[in-house]
Amino acid sequence: MRKILEGSRAIAETINACKPSVVSAYPITPQTHIVEELAKLKADGDGHYEYVRAESEFAAASIVLGASATGVRVYTATSSQGLLLMTEVLYNIAGMRLPIVMTNANRAVSAPINIWNDQQDAVTMRDSGWLMWFGETNQEVCDLHILAYKIAEKLQLPIMVNLDGFILTHVVEPVEIETTEKIKKFLPDYKPTEFLDVNNPLTLGAFATPEHYFEIRQELHQDIIDAKKAIINSCNEFKKIFGRDLNLVEYYGDKNADTVLVAMGSVLGTIKDAADELTKAGQSTQGGPDGKIGVLKIVAFRPWPKEEILSHLERAKNIAVIDKSISLGREGILASEIKQTVGGEKNVTSFIVGLGGRDVTVQMIKKIYEQAKNKNEEAVFVGR
Amino acid sequence: MVEIRIHGRGGQGSVTASKLIAMASFYDGQFSQGFPNFGVERRGAPVTAYVRIDDKFIRLRSQIYNPDYIIIQDPSLVEAVDVFAGAKEGTIALINTEKPASDFKAPKGVEIKTIAATKIAMQIIGKPIINTILLGAFAGLTGIIKIESVGQAITEQFTDEEIVKKNIEAAKYGFNSIKKK
Repeated sequence: MRKILEGSRAIAETINACKPSVVSAYPITPQTHIVEELAKLKADGDGHYEYVRAESEFAAASIVLGASATGVRVYTATSSQGLLLMTEVLYNIAGMRLPIVMTNANRAVSAPINIWNDQQDAVTMRDSGWLMWFGETNQEVCDLHILAYKIAEKLQLPIMVNLDGFILTHVVEPVEIETTEKIKKFLPDYKPTEFLDVNNPLTLGAFATPEHYFEIRQELHQDIIDAKKAIINSCNEFKKIFGRDLNLVEYYGDKNADTVLVAMGSVLGTIKDAADELTKAGQSTQGGPDGKIGVLKIVAFRPWPKEEILSHLERAKNIAVIDKSISLGREGILASEIKQTVGGEKNVTSFIVGLGGRDVTVQMIKKIYEQAKNKNEEAVFVGR
Repeated sequence: MVEIRIHGRGGQGSVTASKLIAMASFYDGQFSQGFPNFGVERRGAPVTAYVRIDDKFIRLRSQIYNPDYIIIQDPSLVEAVDVFAGAKEGTIALINTEKPASDFKAPKGVEIKTIAATKIAMQIIGKPIINTILLGAFAGLTGIIKIESVGQAITEQFTDEEIVKKNIEAAKYGFNSIKKK
């Protein structure tokens, strides 16, 4: 059913429709409304899960780890400092191959304390072994959660679905909320193969000596790379059932553009609007800027869609990577990954925007487009 | 695309107002986007909220800098905050005040309309809940949202039947009082 509602509520209703058995969370801005809604759904008798209010994010992550190990579908959500506090548990979840789905409402990291949006929290977990996806709209975020359960349970890999805190969590916009009935056609009941069972004892996350640890890590690495194929197949199936597109990456604008802007998350909407304006301006001015511009949206940060990125950036001369996070002393984290993927021949610039909730405007994107042609070795900060 | 900026004080329901306008335009068959200026909420502190309305899905995620409409829930904000920032030729500002529009200095090209929403709220609702009166007035003034859709949004937003009834009455009062002018 198509509804107009706050992003957080849309996510909570979608999660409820996916029928998790255990939800555990600790509230933190801007994730709060999501878990508040889930608690309310449970209290009202509309949610049929155990809701465990944890005393910290470390506990919340540990509770869903334990619950998932018993072979049931689980959910948690967090932001910023909460995600950082979960770190140790998140690495364990990935190592134990538990199919946990978590929402991360992207927020800046302290200090100074800041409750507003950027993506520093998520990218800090890049190497944890979780699949990491970023949604542009609340519709895409909801759809990614349904897909996440499907992929997580199929491949025994945890998935973090990211959405920009406040910008998406607190916006009221139209979203198609899917019913359990329809979701079941895509996402069957979870049937775990290995789980904690008193009648059939086994150990999860056990001790591994140098004799075995090495290959276990290599296998996890390879399985994350191989996840791409399963995701593409499931996206096709998703389209058939729900009629909406989901992709590892999405290209927008002129296919032969010299300049391509690359980013993750809700800022893509503003970038697409800026691209349309630039294209229009380019068409109406003779001898002015060429106006040809392409936009590449990265939905899957992990697994890293290398081939898809390469095929879309093949013709680009100038690539502007727009990050809401930074490896301090280096450059934007997405920028580093894009540079590594496309090699040294192309002019790739790292642009930093939106740290700590700084608003990103169409005007700023136009400025980035102009500056993308320059050869910038260092990260360029665009604050206004 | 129509862009609306709402100025209020924490507790006056600026965020709810933006939500209700977004909901009403959705029920009208439009696309909409309502969102707060993400601050740290405190009762009484200046608060800003935004609404965009269009005939296609709204991708733009920035704040609103050049509003077509400005709704000012508390007249003291005119002195305290630059409520007319970014206003352009043709921008209409709706102020909750008992004073006439001529008492306010607006930038060139900006039209000011006033409604005594607090006074009306005390009469109809018995509490200074001004939101729905301003919403009705906005619908009457601009025609951008239908008064029936405002009613539907109020019904969806509030659960208590008495509150719904009084707020719909208040919205209709606001609608009619500004339409007659």
